Amino acid sequence: MKDTLTTAQPVIEAKGLQLVFQTRDGPVHALKDVNLTINRGDFVSFIGPSGCGKTTFLRAIAALEHPTGGSLTVNGLTPDEARRKRAYGYVFQAAGLYPWRTIAGNIKLPLEIMGFAKDEQEARVARVLDLVELSGFANKFPWQLSGGMQQRASIARALAFDAEILLMDEPFGALDEIVRDRLNEELLKLWARTGKTIGFVTHSIPEAVYLSTRIVVMSPRPGRITDVIDSPLPRERPLDIRDSKDFIEIAHRVREGLRAGHADE
Amino acid sequence: MIWLVGAVVFWGLAWALNVWLAGSRMGQRRAGRIAVATLFGVTILVLWEGLVRGFAVPPVILPGPSVIGPTIATSLPVLWADFVQTVVKGALTGFAIGTAAAFVTAIAIDRSPFLQRGLLPIGNFVSALPIVGLAPILVMWFGFDWQSKAAVVVVMVFFPLLVNMVAGLQATDRLSRDLMATWSASYWQGLFKLRLPAAMPFIFNGLKIAATLALIGAIVAEFFGSPIVGMGFRISTEVGRLGLDMVWATIAVAALSGSAFYGLIAWIESRVTFWHPSQRG
Repeated sequence: MKDTLTTAQPVIEAKGLQLVFQTRDGPVHALKDVNLTINRGDFVSFIGPSGCGKTTFLRAIAALEHPTGGSLTVNGLTPDEARRKRAYGYVFQAAGLYPWRTIAGNIKLPLEIMGFAKDEQEARVARVLDLVELSGFANKFPWQLSGGMQQRASIARALAFDAEILLMDEPFGALDEIVRDRLNEELLKLWARTGKTIGFVTHSIPEAVYLSTRIVVMSPRPGRITDVIDSPLPRERPLDIRDSKDFIEIAHRVREGLRAGHADE
Repeated sequence: MIWLVGAVVFWGLAWALNVWLAGSRMGQRRAGRIAVATLFGVTILVLWEGLVRGFAVPPVILPGPSVIGPTIATSLPVLWADFVQTVVKGALTGFAIGTAAAFVTAIAIDRSPFLQRGLLPIGNFVSALPIVGLAPILVMWFGFDWQSKAAVVVVMVFFPLLVNMVAGLQATDRLSRDLMATWSASYWQGLFKLRLPAAMPFIFNGLKIAATLALIGAIVAEFFGSPIVGMGFRISTEVGRLGLDMVWATIAVAALSGSAFYGLIAWIESRVTFWHPSQRG
């Protein structure tokens, strides 16, 4: 495994990370000996088949799962401490907006919990709604919006409290290809504007290659990293970059990595 | 004979009119729906009166609305005193205490798995006790007045709300709870901002069941001893004196107040759980 970007500051560091779930059918190795460093401002995608541990790794960073071995630090702190310091916003596969709150109310929810002042809450809600282009929908309820708009609202909610890390678990997995393309493009713009560190789980090779500065290829049983690819693509990426030679080469390498992971079994 | 024929003819006409009303454009509007329901109620009263007169049913078996109506009108002070004693003092007090106790207990059970294993079976056990056995005991403990009736109501409404609320507090999905965890929300923040709102449809189901039980409990408990006022007392003494018109007048008051109470809770529910698929319409 290589680790090239050394000039930047490391934000997330995993060393020899192990995570074993005890199930009725015996222990399941969700993560085995995972070593990875994510630097500030990176856009890192995790790709691999179901059961490869990509979601588990993201959840471990968020302190939603607890590793059984090795070390994992976020900004030099344990994941639990980092969470209490509001180090990250998490976007799940489903929008998970609470139906009794308006879009603005949903985005305000983490701000209420973290104890922001009232006028500060309003200002932040207005700002992130503008960022995801939902300004006209503040007073709608989630069930009055399309799936794509709901997902954008959930991204706005994760951005509202200015966490420097954004963890996204297949956020566009349930959307159709056209909407997904548009949201991918918007996500890149948002990343460029905010300079956040993003961890992004996906099933889709084109999505991973289009978005990321680094692609982490994983394979299952036990969940482990099989390849880490640093993308030579420029940070600014129009949609048609997907027809370029570089793009196709990286996509090929990702596919090879996924295939090799399967051949090991 | 003329009464019988008249009643049946009226029934047929009203039926036809209602079918036409419900199908017409007016039936879609609020006024139309109220008209349909009113006509239905009036028809039942007319049919009742016609059958009682046509078959010459003795008033001890079943008095007609034309007898019950005047009884209600002339005994308003008595009926009002009974209403205050049984509904306001007995049923509503008991309902308030019982539901508040269930609310607090449900949260205690939610906080502690130990209580979940201990309190739920006890609640279940108490609710399985027959009310006719429990009521006389509570009358001995709390006296003849409304306090013992409220105690019976507390026992009756406690368990349905408790069970519904405990289930409701567990009704959030993993994603919603994970979100709260990523924001480092405390137990109470999670309770007030996620789990209580999510439990509201369950809680209102419990409250609606409790509302009907409260009135039944307050009336039945009076059969086992009460001061000389109250709806249960009125029913049991008037049956003994063959004053069936007064019994029916009391039943009418009970039915009206029970429906109004239930309707009030259903109305609040539609305000609170407007977001739930069952209320979105």
